[in-house]
Amino acid sequence: MNNPAITLAKDNDGKSIWQFLLRELKPRGKWLTPFNIISIPIMLLGLGLIVFRFIYGIGSITNLTQEIPWGLWIGFDVVTGVAFAGGAYVLTFMVYILKMDKYHSIVRITVLNGFLAYVFYAGALLLDLGRPWNVINPIIGNGFGTSSVLFLVAWHFLLYMLAELIEFSPAIAEWLGARRARKILSGMTIAAVIFGITLSTLHQSGLGALFLMAKDKIHPLWYSEFIPILFLASSIFAGLSMVIFEGTISHKVFSSQISEKNHKAEKGILHGLSKICAGAMFAYFFLQLLVFIHGKNWSYLNTPMGYWFLLEMIGFVLIPMMLFFYSYRTNNIFMIRVAAILTMLGIILNRLNVTVIGFRWDAAIQYVPSWMEIVVTLAVIFTEIWIFRWVINRMPVLRESPSWVKEEK
Amino acid sequence: MSIDRRNFFKTIGIAGLAFTVGKSAGATTLESSGIEFRGMLYDASRCVGCQECEKACAKAHNLPEPVDEIKVDVLRKTSETQRCAINSYSTSKGEVFVRNQCMHCNEPACAAACLTQAMYKTKEGPVIWREDKCMGCRYCMVSCPFDVPKFEYLSANPKIQKCDMCYDRIIKGEIPSCAEACPGEAIMFGTRRELLAEARKRIAESPDNYIDQIYGENVAGGTGYLYLSSAPFNEVGFNPKLQNVSYPSLSKGFLYSVPAVFVLLPTLLLGVHEATKNNNKLKEEENE
Repeated sequence: MNNPAITLAKDNDGKSIWQFLLRELKPRGKWLTPFNIISIPIMLLGLGLIVFRFIYGIGSITNLTQEIPWGLWIGFDVVTGVAFAGGAYVLTFMVYILKMDKYHSIVRITVLNGFLAYVFYAGALLLDLGRPWNVINPIIGNGFGTSSVLFLVAWHFLLYMLAELIEFSPAIAEWLGARRARKILSGMTIAAVIFGITLSTLHQSGLGALFLMAKDKIHPLWYSEFIPILFLASSIFAGLSMVIFEGTISHKVFSSQISEKNHKAEKGILHGLSKICAGAMFAYFFLQLLVFIHGKNWSYLNTPMGYWFLLEMIGFVLIPMMLFFYSYRTNNIFMIRVAAILTMLGIILNRLNVTVIGFRWDAAIQYVPSWMEIVVTLAVIFTEIWIFRWVINRMPVLRESPSWVKEEK
Repeated sequence: MSIDRRNFFKTIGIAGLAFTVGKSAGATTLESSGIEFRGMLYDASRCVGCQECEKACAKAHNLPEPVDEIKVDVLRKTSETQRCAINSYSTSKGEVFVRNQCMHCNEPACAAACLTQAMYKTKEGPVIWREDKCMGCRYCMVSCPFDVPKFEYLSANPKIQKCDMCYDRIIKGEIPSCAEACPGEAIMFGTRRELLAEARKRIAESPDNYIDQIYGENVAGGTGYLYLSSAPFNEVGFNPKLQNVSYPSLSKGFLYSVPAVFVLLPTLLLGVHEATKNNNKLKEEENE
């Protein structure tokens, strides 16, 4: 009787829900895994640094300056993290709107991944806010800054988290054995999906639009009025590459939870995703090319920043794109994974180039993140993975739903 | 942006009222409606770098008095403890002193960026920061083309520090403390319209003394702070890259597309969803 949902469904009336939750909260399996040994000290150190930051101010652990007010926490945690979370809206579009049933088995884990990414990386924003106790002001109307792109992004983060929670909620209901709730919640899925895709379209591009007013501060090779569209286009393959990467790891780590059927389906799914990635990257690369030619920025190419730009565009967009095409034609699963990792590196590079590296590239004092900023970032990522693992080990995310779900259909 | 619809109607209403009540009453009503932005005219040819304004500013805002002296071509910056700073530049016209502080743009990027309206363009003209609204996201600092807002990085309850044109004094009918302190009348306070007229008059009266440009008349869509100088403005520390169109207009296109996307995209998605519904049914039927 490994499946808690079934146990609970059976003696739901007898045992209290609190006993069940308490039991579920306990860790399972071996403690001293290599992942735990690495992640626990970093998480503890990160926690200490966060406490320190709230006592002595943001400047006590970051290298931010008056000229460069946004650093690693915004550029990587929020902007890059949200791009990687884009897989959820792309995949729900494919499965619920276009009815591509082939990908149905990976929807739940992708939505969970997206939801946790938003909770943690948008949550990391709180660490970067100087006055986080005022974070609810744009929600409660202590100043509706409707002319602000950040106002839009803030509302969208909140609403999208709710939409993703609704999309994921049937899995929670199955875990708790709540049959009626499951029925109601899964009835809301399609509305949440449509709402979620719309929100994603707007805030994925909105994250780029944040930087439109910083026209004189961002290196011309990365600044254009098309940043929002470029961010939206790249979030498609950023998200899908994350799905490929995460799927690769999940299939190893949580192998026992995945049914024989889904193990077999993995190849076909990766194959299909690589085709979509290649197409999206082609569109993105072409768009970048048009923007570059339109911007008449040829003279910048033969500078250090120009080489850096070419490295990003050729090494981490063009080459992974061709790899995706190649591995799709030759059915090479290994190369798909290599391409996904290269693409993800390219996204990290691109988002950091716009938000941190290319931002005030001409400043007298350059911003380099402090080791403490990096530790806090790692701590946030590790905490997310811990929660991710906790949920997968308990709720029917990768494994099949309990049998009562099918009976009720 | 600065004169929105409501204010526009208010003006029309006040103007209409003025017509019915009479001429003299009309003038005072229009004046007290405060629809005209106040600003400051800074005449670099009159500034001798005595730092009296810096000291008065520090005193007025409970900040430490600046102790560093002005040296030629050594850039002093405003900071979280100093809202204005005078610099000395060696130019083609000799040594010129120029002060920098918030420009109080007509359409401020910082206020457009602020998601809680903590950065706020008042109807009197000054751009102010409101502590009870600010969440400390620093997006105003990212957006400001003049790099004006400064953040208290080493505080657990950090504030944004920037010139507020002594807003508390202005609403009491007083003039900003720096304009009051200046012994050489280098800083003049008034409505933007008056200041532009005064600046043009000074240029016309002594064309050899000034270059024929009022900095702030057009830059960033027009600013509340206006500068006259004997040396070209790119020689006295002004960023020549800045555009004349307002900065909020850069994100206008994106923001205007939001309502359209919000209405059209869900409709489209629902349509596709309905259209593909039958596909599955057909498939199931085929399977059966």
